[in-house]
Amino acid sequence: MIKKNLQPLALHVPEPKQRPGDAPDFSDVVVPPAGKLARPDSATPAADLKEYPYALIRVLDDNAHAVGPWDPRLAPDTMRKLLKDMMLTRAFDDRMFRAQRQGKTSFYMKSLGEEATSCAPALALADDDMVFPSYRQQGILISRGWPIPDMMNQIFSNKADRLKGRQLPIMYSARAASFFSISGNLATQMPQAVGWAMASAAKGDTRIAAAWCGEGSTAEGDFHSACMFATVYRAPVILNIINNQWAISSFAGFAGGEETTFAARALGYGVAGLRVDGNDPLAVYAATAWAAERARTNHGPTIIEHFTYRSEGHSTSDDPGAYRAAQAGSAWPLGDPVERLKVHLIGLGEWNEARHSALADELMETVKAAQKQAEANGILGHGLHQPLETMFEDIFEDEPWHLREQAAQLLEEDAVRRVEGQH
Amino acid sequence: MPRMNMIEAINSALNVALAQSPDVTILGEDVGYFGGVFRATAGLQKRHGKTRVFDTPITECGIIGVAVGMAAYGLRPVPEIQFADYIYPALDQLVSEAARLRYRSAGEFPMPITVRSPFGGGIFGGQTHSQSPEGVFTHVAGLKTVIPSNPYDAKGLLLAAIADNDPVIFFEPKRIYNGPFDGHYDTPTVPWAKVDDATAEVPEGHYTVPLGKARVVREGGDVTLLAYGTMVHVAGTAVAESGVDGEIIDLRTLIPLDIETIKASVKKTGRCVIVHEATRTGGFGAELSALVQERCFYHLEAPVQRVTGFDTPYPHSLEWAYFPGPVRIKRALDAVMKD
Ligand SMILES: Cc1ncc(C[n+]2csc(CCOP(=O)(O)OP(=O)(O)O)c2C)c(N)n1
Repeated sequence: MIKKNLQPLALHVPEPKQRPGDAPDFSDVVVPPAGKLARPDSATPAADLKEYPYALIRVLDDNAHAVGPWDPRLAPDTMRKLLKDMMLTRAFDDRMFRAQRQGKTSFYMKSLGEEATSCAPALALADDDMVFPSYRQQGILISRGWPIPDMMNQIFSNKADRLKGRQLPIMYSARAASFFSISGNLATQMPQAVGWAMASAAKGDTRIAAAWCGEGSTAEGDFHSACMFATVYRAPVILNIINNQWAISSFAGFAGGEETTFAARALGYGVAGLRVDGNDPLAVYAATAWAAERARTNHGPTIIEHFTYRSEGHSTSDDPGAYRAAQAGSAWPLGDPVERLKVHLIGLGEWNEARHSALADELMETVKAAQKQAEANGILGHGLHQPLETMFEDIFEDEPWHLREQAAQLLEEDAVRRVEGQH
Repeated sequence: MPRMNMIEAINSALNVALAQSPDVTILGEDVGYFGGVFRATAGLQKRHGKTRVFDTPITECGIIGVAVGMAAYGLRPVPEIQFADYIYPALDQLVSEAARLRYRSAGEFPMPITVRSPFGGGIFGGQTHSQSPEGVFTHVAGLKTVIPSNPYDAKGLLLAAIADNDPVIFFEPKRIYNGPFDGHYDTPTVPWAKVDDATAEVPEGHYTVPLGKARVVREGGDVTLLAYGTMVHVAGTAVAESGVDGEIIDLRTLIPLDIETIKASVKKTGRCVIVHEATRTGGFGAELSALVQERCFYHLEAPVQRVTGFDTPYPHSLEWAYFPGPVRIKRALDAVMKD
């Protein structure tokens, strides 16, 4: 019964501040000055880190100088590698997005503007630390030096694709790079990373694990299961939340972002939570290095929120112009990670415009050459690049009778198709 | 009469339902402002308001759990699961809760929930945008499962499902959203508006297609083909190409099943081929085959045949080798006609 003497209830449905037709406006994004935040010892109890989920770790200031205690003081060569990894990721994305548009594959997802959140953690972790990425962390594979043509073979589902054409483009798997098979189902990798880390700890290993998911995906139950196991077993794991503000058409408010930060999820679980400027490659490196040290010294898990922006569409199937303000990416107040690191290196006298554009050209050539090599193995189409019987391999270790029968049936069908002149 | 594609028909059904009952509520990932990744809910939030058509956090378990709570209050929620492949996190809320609440509360808490979800392959969507998990739900006591194969049925069945007082899983064959599919991947899709088919004519207003009633799509004397969704059209191609006089039955509703129409047809033809895209073992075809055998045994001239997807995850590049296309169906027709 509605009681007339009481105030009627009202349902709150979040709404982003701008929609198509509005000018992008990020005036409500609080950007604290770089360098002001203290860097606690990585063994500090989670209970004494309560301000960090609400702060923003920033190293590069407005003039791209590295300032404050979180400055990781990287050697110029290391920073140049980080810059190159991000630029290569960008060039790769650019070419593969275009390849999809040219009908060479079914699907692609770019990471434009978010490259630092993959490339910098990859550099701060050991190469054999196990990573459980989502679909936007191609930068990790690139940073770990994985061959570009191999990634492209996967994208084209061609005959050289190690994954036998089974997975949607960009759903890589690279065990040799300690890179877990990517799932299309959101957030499943989060508890898996915790389990890997628990196993490593139980065995007295020295390797840690790290996982990535978008802020939208933190709504899934799997994310919360991951936090629970991580805290209970003090798992040596880093749970990265890439808060790029959008989950397809849903702004972060639909993942709980109106009331608190994503890093603050850590507080309820008694886990260390850091919030970092995701477009500041040095800050991302520093936060990861802190969390890795904490994990490696048995002080438990860290949740890191990377505050960044998805500058382009969700995927090749998406048109962001239908739900958010145009040009929002270029108005993002935290700038561009490639540009910021470039200016920093130039400021140090370790880089210059000429070298930068030469590198950009060189990387584009690298990517083009790799694409040519990969396309020689085929592009996605109706060419059925994998031998048909491979469809039945790897379901189980051994093929049971019913799969053998079905494989035989498929080969018979294929013979009929060939006679009838169709695939 | 206006011609609509399946998306437009579904959108129209939702619009009619929202206008008709203040209790109908639509929720799901990206369904609000944007109108859904397939545009099925386009314009509905604007017309009916943010508290009746809204975006949700990305948690399928949460979406269905919340729908159960809304139904307990007295609403008629119509949640969308963006792809059927993402319905698994919601299984506990569907199987242990929505399906059983009427029973365990002895009727105190009926669950008039209609879960819409695009399903099926044929769009190069890889293993997480292609599955046909209807068999998971037909196996659960207390869930109805409905699958339309054309725009007219999509609207009429959806309105019937929303009006139904029990939970309904409403799977939409996304391969035929825009136009029917003959099963040959290289035939360009002809939009519903341009096909010579009365099922693309969709009334603007309210009407229903009753749950539990199959449709005889093509009458024939040689063999009964049981199909639903996309495969109704593919079965049509196979029959045309084989020259067999097949009687094609579009089941439309898997639970409750129109057993009378099936029985009458199989008793007439004496032969039965069951076609679905889902994996074979333990699929709904196994149930159909058992029913036909139990009820029409003495009329059968040949063993019942199942034509299905293989028992593998849905592959990406080998999609068209996996898909149960006309060749696979014709071989089954040949086999039943031989006996
Ligand atoms: C279990 C599950 N539900 C829904 C989807 C569909 N889906 C794919 S990506 C996506 C948005 C994810 O957004 P976010 O986690 O913020 O990551 P981002 O894409 O922004 O990197 C959705 C809803 C899915 N892949 N898996």
